Amino acid sequence: MLKHKAKVFRPTAFAFPYLATTIVFVIVPLILILVYAFRDGDGNFTLQNFAQVFTNPTNLTQLLKTIGIAAVSTLITLLIAYPTAFILASQPFNKMAILALLFIIPMWINFMLRIFALKSLLVTLGMKQGYVMAVIGIVYDFFPYVLLPIYTVLSNMDKSYLEASRDLGANNIGTFFRVTLPLSIPGVISGVSMMFMPVFSSYAITAMMGDAETSVIGAKIASMFTHQNYGDYGPGSALSFVLLVLVLIVMVVSNVLTRKTNKAPAKGGKA
Amino acid sequence: MDLLQKIKSVFNKPVVKDEPAAPIVEDKPAQRAPKKGDNIIEIKGITKVFDGVTVIDNISLGIKRGQFVTLLGPSGCGKTTLLRMIAGFETPTDGEIYIEGQPITAVPPHKRPVNTVFQKYALFPHLNVFKNIAYGLKLKKIPDSTAKNGYRKYTKAEIEEKVNRALKLVGLDDYGYRDVNSLSGGQQQRVAIARAIVCEPKVLLLDEPLGALDLKMRKEMQIELKKMHQNLGITFIFVTHDQEEALTMSDVVVVMNDGIIQQVAQPKKVYDEPQNAFVADFIGESNILSGVMKKDYLISFLGKDIKCVDKGFDKNEKVDITIRPEDIIIVNGEDKGHFNGNVLSTVFKGTYYEMEVMANDYEFTVQSQKEFKPGAKVSLEIDPDSIHIMKKMLTENKHKGVVTKDGIVSFCGGDWEIPTDGFEIGDEVVIHTPFTAVELMDDEEDGVVGANVTQSLYKGTYYQVQVYTDTDEDFYIDTADEWDMNDRVGVKIDTSKVTIEKYNPVLEEKEEEVNVEA
Repeated sequence: MLKHKAKVFRPTAFAFPYLATTIVFVIVPLILILVYAFRDGDGNFTLQNFAQVFTNPTNLTQLLKTIGIAAVSTLITLLIAYPTAFILASQPFNKMAILALLFIIPMWINFMLRIFALKSLLVTLGMKQGYVMAVIGIVYDFFPYVLLPIYTVLSNMDKSYLEASRDLGANNIGTFFRVTLPLSIPGVISGVSMMFMPVFSSYAITAMMGDAETSVIGAKIASMFTHQNYGDYGPGSALSFVLLVLVLIVMVVSNVLTRKTNKAPAKGGKA
Repeated sequence: MDLLQKIKSVFNKPVVKDEPAAPIVEDKPAQRAPKKGDNIIEIKGITKVFDGVTVIDNISLGIKRGQFVTLLGPSGCGKTTLLRMIAGFETPTDGEIYIEGQPITAVPPHKRPVNTVFQKYALFPHLNVFKNIAYGLKLKKIPDSTAKNGYRKYTKAEIEEKVNRALKLVGLDDYGYRDVNSLSGGQQQRVAIARAIVCEPKVLLLDEPLGALDLKMRKEMQIELKKMHQNLGITFIFVTHDQEEALTMSDVVVVMNDGIIQQVAQPKKVYDEPQNAFVADFIGESNILSGVMKKDYLISFLGKDIKCVDKGFDKNEKVDITIRPEDIIIVNGEDKGHFNGNVLSTVFKGTYYEMEVMANDYEFTVQSQKEFKPGAKVSLEIDPDSIHIMKKMLTENKHKGVVTKDGIVSFCGGDWEIPTDGFEIGDEVVIHTPFTAVELMDDEEDGVVGANVTQSLYKGTYYQVQVYTDTDEDFYIDTADEWDMNDRVGVKIDTSKVTIEKYNPVLEEKEEEVNVEA
């Protein structure tokens, strides 16, 4: 009796709820997308949906536009977040964890509220909705996600590397480009992938802060599903499948890059 | 098993060739010879305060060109801080450091003619062995009269040649394209040394570079470093807490404690003639006792008057005495020497026996080729030559305080009940506390103030313990019990044995001056 009871509470049992949610909310929807992508309106197998995705010129321009917005906003965020992280991680600020926290606090506010607030602020300042405002919104929203991993890498970096560099004749600028920057690349890559991929597939910010011009591929997919016509499920699924593959490629590339630069441990040599 | 093989492969390599490797430092005898012997580094009145704690306290030191100098002391004595100030990573709070006569405290590390081998090597993990070593060379500007601004960079070929020469010097010829993280500790150590010496520094700074290696590897590296020092001819400043390492490798040992230099001397002199009880205890094994100098050439300790070779002390001055275990002559039977003793224990140490001998209530450590069994009755004879007499560092505790209430004196962060007849509230006073009047409590709460044990010296019939209070002031305590280093204790004072007097700033300063001269 007792033996049986003990078996029920094996540690692996704790994985079941996670497994169940994963199946219901991740695996099944993915399979549904796949199924719909290869089905026509009558439920027969077809490649027509994919043909439609690649032959429709607006799809391609919209895809490129999306990549462009994601790339530009990620780059801008990186250019702001890296120096901020560098300052926060360097003396004398590194003793004040509260400063880094200040940059994280906006994450605690509801995403929609944040965007609404920023939008009304920018509108009050006389800015028109469009590309610029959308990019500002994206940068503002994703800034903490890029800042945090870079800040973590920089503040955990063994200071003796920097001392060794200065000892060997590099000034502060030389030390930054020869040691600090190369050693912080893993943080940069994880920050970039934490921002680029969500921006690539989401459309809420561009929808709220942009105009007709800034309509991204995510918005297009959404409209295909919310459309009354059932027939759009097929092409919509095919398009999201293509998007999924693209994101997957970006992820694999960034993982390979991280592993390449990250094979060195962040801390000093072991005895 | 794998690690063992790696270590073996390092050892089996003919590491340092018999013919001296071509010197990394260009030999310029014409320039160097006449200067040899002068001070390449001059440290003048350096003080360093971190967050209100004085880590280095007014140190002055000259380091001669071409010497192997070791900064030796227990952890926290300030030796690494001193090295980092020479390297430029710390700025002294006060004082100046000169390299070749030039003041350098305002010079950033990358412009100083010194290079450092770091404690944990600090090899750049994103660069391979070759690029690590070439790092400094790529940045170096060398004088060139044909160039526009009088300087040029090393060419690729020059860098390659120098790096390969450095790799050869440290016995890692074929390791240039290896990932630094794939190297063993000993190999990383060699790369760190190569990376520093390839820059041809005038002074090489080594911050406990052997600390992370196992014993066998450490011994091997000691010999190699010594050879490298001879081949390169540059000045080495080596930081260590290992006294044996310091004695085997150095030309000059600088013994430090509490941010103060205790002694600067050749290894043999530090061992044979320690300046004070701290040095005697820290370097090698010693019997440390308290005694009284009866007159010139006559010392009294453990109830005996014994001839000695020292003079110049005050009559009846209290002194510290060290006698090395190997200097005590032990013979069978009683009444054949200065002290009659009883052997407590015997340990065979490879080439000699080490015995604990109880004589006149003191536990002598004695080393002899002859074995004496525990329980044996023996005589101990001490040659006048081997009695080393040192001035006592302090004879009583002295603190500055304030009378805060009637019968209450406040000092060292605590309020003490001391009779204050004849003093006004607010008077600044000096409190004299004999070493025997201080009592340590296991529980911090039982004392008036809390403190950390920093030193525990056996002085024959008692232990002399030093504790630091949170206000960074110290107490010396003579006690029958041994206290562990870094223990947190409570401090209590038998106030009936304490005397207080009015604080006199003029007198105090004068006394300090006298101390400095002594």
